[in-house]
Amino acid sequence: MERLHFRFAGHRVPGRFTPVLVGVVGSGNLEVLLEPRPAGADCAFDVTTSARGFGAIWEAVLRDFHERHGLAGVAVTIHDMGATPAVVGLRLDQAAARLPTPTGSGGRP
Amino acid sequence: MTLAIPLSFAESTARERVEHLLDPGSFEELMPPAERVTSPHLELLGVPSAFDDGVVVGAGRLAGREVLVAAQEGAFMGGGVGEVHGAKLVGLLRRALRQRPAAVLVLAESGGVRLHEANAGLIAVSEVMRALLAVREAGLPVVMLIGGANGCFGGMGLVARCADRVVMSDVGRLAMSGPEVIESSHGVEEFDSRDRGLVWRTTGGKHRYLMGDCDVLVEDDIAAFRTAAIEALDAAVPLTLESLEAEQALLADRLARYGDCRDALDVWGRAGVPDPAAVPDLEADAVRALRGARREEAA
Repeated sequence: MERLHFRFAGHRVPGRFTPVLVGVVGSGNLEVLLEPRPAGADCAFDVTTSARGFGAIWEAVLRDFHERHGLAGVAVTIHDMGATPAVVGLRLDQAAARLPTPTGSGGRP
Repeated sequence: MTLAIPLSFAESTARERVEHLLDPGSFEELMPPAERVTSPHLELLGVPSAFDDGVVVGAGRLAGREVLVAAQEGAFMGGGVGEVHGAKLVGLLRRALRQRPAAVLVLAESGGVRLHEANAGLIAVSEVMRALLAVREAGLPVVMLIGGANGCFGGMGLVARCADRVVMSDVGRLAMSGPEVIESSHGVEEFDSRDRGLVWRTTGGKHRYLMGDCDVLVEDDIAAFRTAAIEALDAAVPLTLESLEAEQALLADRLARYGDCRDALDVWGRAGVPDPAAVPDLEADAVRALRGARREEAA
């Protein structure tokens, strides 16, 4: 098991929201919890993964996600059970899709 | 015109099952993920934990009535009952004594005790059983809904048979020892755990229904589970010495009738099912009709 922490500066602040959970800690899968982080202007990632030695790949996948969404004031906590980068990206996008949008349009389908 | 596409119970996560089983938007989770009530043991073993320790508990409404609900997540450690997981189930059942809901619904999917937390898990399962029986003694129905791919085995199999009512789909399985456990302790000649047909004939919803261990057989559709759960509201089965003795007599009768059978096909044949080999391919309503026909014959 390995713990990883990353922090990226963002611009899109979703404001107040109830925590969002997607995914399950199952084989090849992960759970992602998004929570408001009032004190921070950046997006903080806290990853617990069953696989060791993949820090560089985690950083690349999370940076990709951050470039797509640019979240700020959000804490992302991940419990991973050996998910592939594609699955990690998918779960993160699913979680971000459930955040309130700044304009009030869109949101959950 | 819109077609109602069945939403598979087996393929849904525990959270999706709860969301679609209850009245829309009515579920309020107790100890939600953000509270991080997680296992104290898994981290020491170097295993990632889950925010909810693999079980979702809370309150909601079913057909407008207040119910308490627990749903085990089979994808997390096979739904294994660890210390926190078990304590959440016990807490929900004890809450029922105070809150008196129309039913406590347990969406069980579990291989039994979580082996990483063996002793704590074993104690937790016995505490769940005790709490469940206290709820029944208070006249409140406890309903087990079993339809996940991991089935309901070990300690949770025992818990299920303590409940008022068991609802299953054909996909769901219910037993004490799992197929691999039987094979490794008694040999492949006794039970071939890789023979999926055999495994489902022995532990699957249809067999459990035909034997009377399962009260309601439904298709693998959350809406069908919902209908069955609504029918179970307020329908507590009295837990008395007489009902226990009747259960004991039923089991003794089953052993006498079918004790020498080698396969569920033999059991079904002897029970009067006209074409046992066709049963695995029947829809749930056709299997329900079989049990109805047997009842009429017996009457």
